[in-house]
Amino acid sequence: MIKVTFNLRDKGAEFWDRSPRWRRVLLSVIFIGFCYALPFLNNPLINTPGSDFQSVLFYPVGMYVMMAIGLNIVVGKSGLLDLGYVAFFAIGAYTMAILGTKTDLNFWEILPIGVGLAMLSGVLLGTPTLRLRGDYLAIVTLGFGEIVRIFAVNTDAIGGSRGIAGIPTPPDIFKAKFTILDPKPYYWLLLTFTLLIIWMVRRLAARRPGRAWDAIRQDDDVAQLMGINTRRSKVWAFVLGAAVAGVGGVIYASQILSIVPDQFNLNVSILILACVVFGGIGNIWGVILGAVLLAFTPERIRFLSQPRILVFGIALVVMMNLRPDGILPKKKREHLEPNWDHVEESGEGEIK
Amino acid sequence: MDFALLRDAFWMLTFDGLALGAIYALISLGYTLVYGVLRLINFAHSEVFMIGTFGSLFATGLIGVKIEDEPLTDGKMVFTLLFALVIAMLSSAIAAVLVEFVAYRRLRKRGATKLATLISAIGVSISLVELFRIMTDSLPREFPRIMDKTFLVSYAGADIRNDKVIVIVAAGLMMVALDQFISKTRLGKGIRAVSQDENTATLMGVNINRVITVTFFAGGLMAGAAAFFYILVYENTSFKVGFFLGISAFTAAVLGGIGNLRGALFGGFVLGLMETYTSAVFGTAWKAVISFIILVLVLLIKPTGLFGESITQARV
Repeated sequence: MIKVTFNLRDKGAEFWDRSPRWRRVLLSVIFIGFCYALPFLNNPLINTPGSDFQSVLFYPVGMYVMMAIGLNIVVGKSGLLDLGYVAFFAIGAYTMAILGTKTDLNFWEILPIGVGLAMLSGVLLGTPTLRLRGDYLAIVTLGFGEIVRIFAVNTDAIGGSRGIAGIPTPPDIFKAKFTILDPKPYYWLLLTFTLLIIWMVRRLAARRPGRAWDAIRQDDDVAQLMGINTRRSKVWAFVLGAAVAGVGGVIYASQILSIVPDQFNLNVSILILACVVFGGIGNIWGVILGAVLLAFTPERIRFLSQPRILVFGIALVVMMNLRPDGILPKKKREHLEPNWDHVEESGEGEIK
Repeated sequence: MDFALLRDAFWMLTFDGLALGAIYALISLGYTLVYGVLRLINFAHSEVFMIGTFGSLFATGLIGVKIEDEPLTDGKMVFTLLFALVIAMLSSAIAAVLVEFVAYRRLRKRGATKLATLISAIGVSISLVELFRIMTDSLPREFPRIMDKTFLVSYAGADIRNDKVIVIVAAGLMMVALDQFISKTRLGKGIRAVSQDENTATLMGVNINRVITVTFFAGGLMAGAAAFFYILVYENTSFKVGFFLGISAFTAAVLGGIGNLRGALFGGFVLGLMETYTSAVFGTAWKAVISFIILVLVLLIKPTGLFGESITQARV
């Protein structure tokens, strides 16, 4: 059984590669259509007793998927351990909240500003710190995440610990009305952006920047010798990851209507990282699956109420022990040695 | 900004900072020991500390000291102090060994990636926090006053409180003991060998599994001692106590150069002092920000921390 699932990713990729164009298009259309139709598929198998299924689809499931894809660019593709990813999410959300309540700009005008600010903070954090090695980078990014939160708590101009309320909703698109009561349009909005981001990441991964990230993850020094500007590639990975979180933050704030700084704590960063690693680091479909599972499971088992986070924690440990490379691991073509028991240092996702 | 407070109460703050720093230093030793041997951040170490605080509570409960009791005196006080300290250290050490067994051992044998191991440790950490949250009904717990807290001497406006003196002195003794253990004993030599080169150490006949267990045990003992000192001074604990102390202690370990024992000590004291000074000047809300800014500045100038990394260098 384990042997079969182990090859699931490669089997899937093989099938995809062998498929003619019409089958690929058909499968994509079915998959995308299924995702858009999800809010209506409220059957007992996947519904969430104790919380509204359609809301759960938007947050946490949709949001986690988007953020996990963004963090995967940083951690999975280029191997930089970022423990403060929530900071960029917070910056996006706060941009939406501040500009939405203080100015007449609408959602679509604020979105690029929010993304721009998230990217700018990515540059500001990344430029000095990305020369640090893995574990040091982890603690510095963790610190950055906490600093953004503490700054928001202690600055009364942006609401202090009470946060900001009365964030406007996006204007209507055709017949879809964005109201607090109906999470469906937000879910579709989020899904549309997520699909765009997946498309962008897949394009990038197959081209020069993606190969540069691969090289940097495997060996920083060799990548540099091969003529890759490692510093610039790393900052770009960081900034793109930040941009994705920024998009997520802006959409999140416009749906939730009021935000408080404590929503943006370290646990969010860690959960998103868990999604990436749990699903299969570096492989975008694995990451999506991981995010769906980790976001959905606590809601699905809400009937356990008290011990549900405990169950979640134990499940995390058990899963990592059984499948250390995640549910859908990345393709293993980088390895010469096929026998897993003898591979001490796999180099996959290894932070050097 | 309140520099007058810093000037007037400088020695008072220094003394408090040293007591806090001693606790940080003891916790950061656990991070640094594990990092030296496994090259991994032990994310569950903050929970090992948290379990130590509950171990102390359990110990006083066993003796039958109650919250409303008067502070103990003489022999009974000394006995209670020592008993609670030992129980705290043991409970933390056992917890640390179990953490290694559950979260690390299997993954290490399969040659899993660093990130997979990190997530596994995070899973253990989440589980332990949740377990204690459920067991304590999310409420903080008070610790009975074992000893009468009096001021021993007053120097330049600084009142030297006896419990903090005990903390600083006892923490110093523990550190010396650990240092001797690492540099003098056979097992300590094994730990140094593994942190220098795991493969060569195996070839030289070092039992890696035992060395790793001992490392976690030693780190747990230190965290347990820190937990007892913490609860002795601050007299309360909760399921989330590990989080902030853990982050600070980890920062301290990185500041001094992770993997380096003496660096961790130095980092702990520097961070304790810095946090106390900056919270006097900028208010307690900003102390974490200042600590992190200083950490970033240090890392930018010296990317491996103040003393560089390596347990082996700690001998010199």
